[in-house]
Amino acid sequence: MEEREVIETACSRFDNDSRRMLDILWDIQNTLGWISPATMRTIAKCTDTYRVEVEGVVTFYAFFMSQPQGEFVIHLCEDIIDRHAGMLAVLKSFEESLNIKAGETTKDGLFSLHLTSCIGMSDQAPAALLNNTVITHLTVNKAKILIRTLKKTRNLANVVKTLGDGNNHHDLIKSMVNNNIQLRGEVLLADINANAGLNKAFSLLPEEVIVTVQASNFLGRGGAGYSSAKKWLLAAATEADKRFVICNADEGEPGTFKDRVLLTERADLLFEGMTIVAYAIGSQHGILYLRAEYRYLLPYLEEILKKRRYEGLLGTDILVDETENTRFSFDIRIQLGAGAYICGEETSLINSCEGKRGEPKNKPPFPAESGYLGYPTVVNNVETFCNMPRILDKGAEWFTSIGTAESNGTKLLSVSGDCTRPGIYELPMGVTLNEVLTLTGAKDPEAIQIGGASGVMVGRSDFERKLCFEDLPTAGAIMIFSNQRNILEIADYYMHFFIEESCGYCTPCRVGNVFLKQGLEKIMQGQGETSDLKYLQDLGKTIIQTSRCGLGHSSPNPILSTMKNFPLVYAALLKEHPDGRQAGFNIQHALDESRIIAKRRSIVYDPDIGGD
Amino acid sequence: MTKKITFTIDGKTIDSKSGQSIMDACEAQGIYIPRLCDSKGLVPQGSCRVCSVKVNGRVVAACTQPVEDGANIEHETNEIQGYRKDLVRMLFHEGNHLCPICEASGRCELQAMAYRFGISQATTYPYLQPVRPVDASHPDIALDNNRCILCGRCIRASRDVDGKNVFEYIGRGIHKRIGVNGDCLADTNAELSDYAMSHEVCPVGCIIRKGEGFFAPVGERQYDMDKIGSSIESPGNPSSDKLIKVHQIDPGCFNKDMP
Repeated sequence: MEEREVIETACSRFDNDSRRMLDILWDIQNTLGWISPATMRTIAKCTDTYRVEVEGVVTFYAFFMSQPQGEFVIHLCEDIIDRHAGMLAVLKSFEESLNIKAGETTKDGLFSLHLTSCIGMSDQAPAALLNNTVITHLTVNKAKILIRTLKKTRNLANVVKTLGDGNNHHDLIKSMVNNNIQLRGEVLLADINANAGLNKAFSLLPEEVIVTVQASNFLGRGGAGYSSAKKWLLAAATEADKRFVICNADEGEPGTFKDRVLLTERADLLFEGMTIVAYAIGSQHGILYLRAEYRYLLPYLEEILKKRRYEGLLGTDILVDETENTRFSFDIRIQLGAGAYICGEETSLINSCEGKRGEPKNKPPFPAESGYLGYPTVVNNVETFCNMPRILDKGAEWFTSIGTAESNGTKLLSVSGDCTRPGIYELPMGVTLNEVLTLTGAKDPEAIQIGGASGVMVGRSDFERKLCFEDLPTAGAIMIFSNQRNILEIADYYMHFFIEESCGYCTPCRVGNVFLKQGLEKIMQGQGETSDLKYLQDLGKTIIQTSRCGLGHSSPNPILSTMKNFPLVYAALLKEHPDGRQAGFNIQHALDESRIIAKRRSIVYDPDIGGD
Repeated sequence: MTKKITFTIDGKTIDSKSGQSIMDACEAQGIYIPRLCDSKGLVPQGSCRVCSVKVNGRVVAACTQPVEDGANIEHETNEIQGYRKDLVRMLFHEGNHLCPICEASGRCELQAMAYRFGISQATTYPYLQPVRPVDASHPDIALDNNRCILCGRCIRASRDVDGKNVFEYIGRGIHKRIGVNGDCLADTNAELSDYAMSHEVCPVGCIIRKGEGFFAPVGERQYDMDKIGSSIESPGNPSSDKLIKVHQIDPGCFNKDMP
């Protein structure tokens, strides 16, 4: 097919609708390999928009390529957990075998190599995406063999030899990813009566469904701990001819991978939950926003949707009440993301579903009043939806009997880092960190990062604290670091993460985080003085207070929480003022630039100059 | 449907009406809230955050936040002014803002904002010193992206006023910048007569109108005469009566009189 034809076909497949821009771009990139300026121009023409708008979308998402790519594109996960598991050596191995650096493509057009933020495989790090295929437990040797095999066979079919556990075996997944379910609790990972919750919901009035969930005291599992039922009430009460239910499966928080396991093992339960919420608020349309990193699950999830349509659980008139003359129809489409952490923020996610740059929208209006395409929209997390059928099936009383006074039910924890049993743990709300450490077989734990990069880093004195909304709230990431790890290196990496993932919309988050990282590096290089601690604190406060969305409200956390909980680590690196001079001044450092510009070295400051 | 409301700002009670932003409600009372990304006639977007105010304990952008009955707004407190100064400094350090050699000096809103806040010398923030190509392809207009503060006023002006979409944001994070609808500006349908290319739109020296350089002598330009915001704070006063002696501020790197 001609390039032009490819583009026109892709656009017409989505009705030349610019609101389906992400799908159009994926369709084209899957065939052409990248999105060239000429392609952007043609897309703009077909969808009646502007080339620069298409460029704006393409350049916003890490997985859309505006440069030609190799036949095999490697996205190596660069998260700190992967780094601790040997990712830098693996990177070096890839770079040597391919003779390119990260971000480049080989001359023969066969390979491209990229670094990427957490891909949700922290319990089997180092991991990478090879086109759509996930490669886990990488080593220097495996990387070498992988490249050698691909060069020889030019075929991805032989890459995955051993399949993972559970549904990872499924014909439509066939992945080496492991679920690593270490502990099954009674709500989500226990044996489940299929569709019992949905049938129960259908026996109630929509408002009674919401009342049941309210009675269970359920709080959203996305991290903020907002009452889901409140969102639904607002959406149900807003006058509209359409309402939308969106599932946020953009699990981008570093160290979190429980949604990946739910999507693999509890897809039916998830769709059942979405249907229950749709029934409760009177919605006809659902969207599952799936992060691009989990694209390997897409064919399987599509199959489950198909099956549910066939079974009459999705589609037109899935509930008809002749006596009341009411009909309920609901269907779900899957929206594939394209590599942007910020899209986990609900208004960014909605923008992304609308085919735009995934930048947050201004609130108010809130999505429950005016969300996707201006319609009332409920956005909930995968884990939240999975809880709904269980609450309906077993009752609010059963649910409130689990957990603490203020946090009911269980929490899925994604555990990774320095422990012998990383993986998924379903534990009642209120479990202490010490209990988690024992269960997971932690090795000399010194620090725990709770809730991913945007969460907090706590030390030993906090290990008796409880994981629940009233003490330490978490969206589920537990990263354990032993006493062998450098706390500041971890904070520094997460600042790098936030700089990479900031959408750049507002000044404090776009610029401030870069300054924060530079300030931390100054201390790490032994150039810091006491006043630098206040500098970091003040700057961090400005970013938190003035940023527009949750990313900026939490991005200084890696530095601020380590400063608070590990003050000695910082103090040990600070310099005293010697004789009134600026402690941070390093003559060698200051000369570096002059050396490069002048292309020569100093007789005084380069003692080895004689040998040069 | 608007209704009468009352709110307080820095302890002062204001009678106002609902259905408008905090910024507009304040402006109607002669209270100027500093802003860079917002400009009369364009849809507010709340991206520069310089208009940050604290409402009932939460910091919000005054240009996009609707005013509510009974709101307690903190505006010129030490805390809020501190944030605003930090944000203005961040913008200075993000781009290359060398006022003494910039054509926009004296009518630059970023420079004027620094004067308003008494920022007159380099701060502790590092300089990012971007090296972005200058687009001088268009016969009448040049773009120096190194001075861009990403306010997006040109995007909205071109889209909503000119109906053209010459500009749009591209990239993300610290690599975000303004892209043009083509290979370069000459490749677009941009014209000098576009509202987007007028002095009202670009608050800094990024969009440069060729052939009009230094249209007014330094020292006689808008913000040489008037403090930014003064037209709101004292609307009756013609600018000549209110000449602000910016020279009295400690001359630092932003001083237009520097040789």
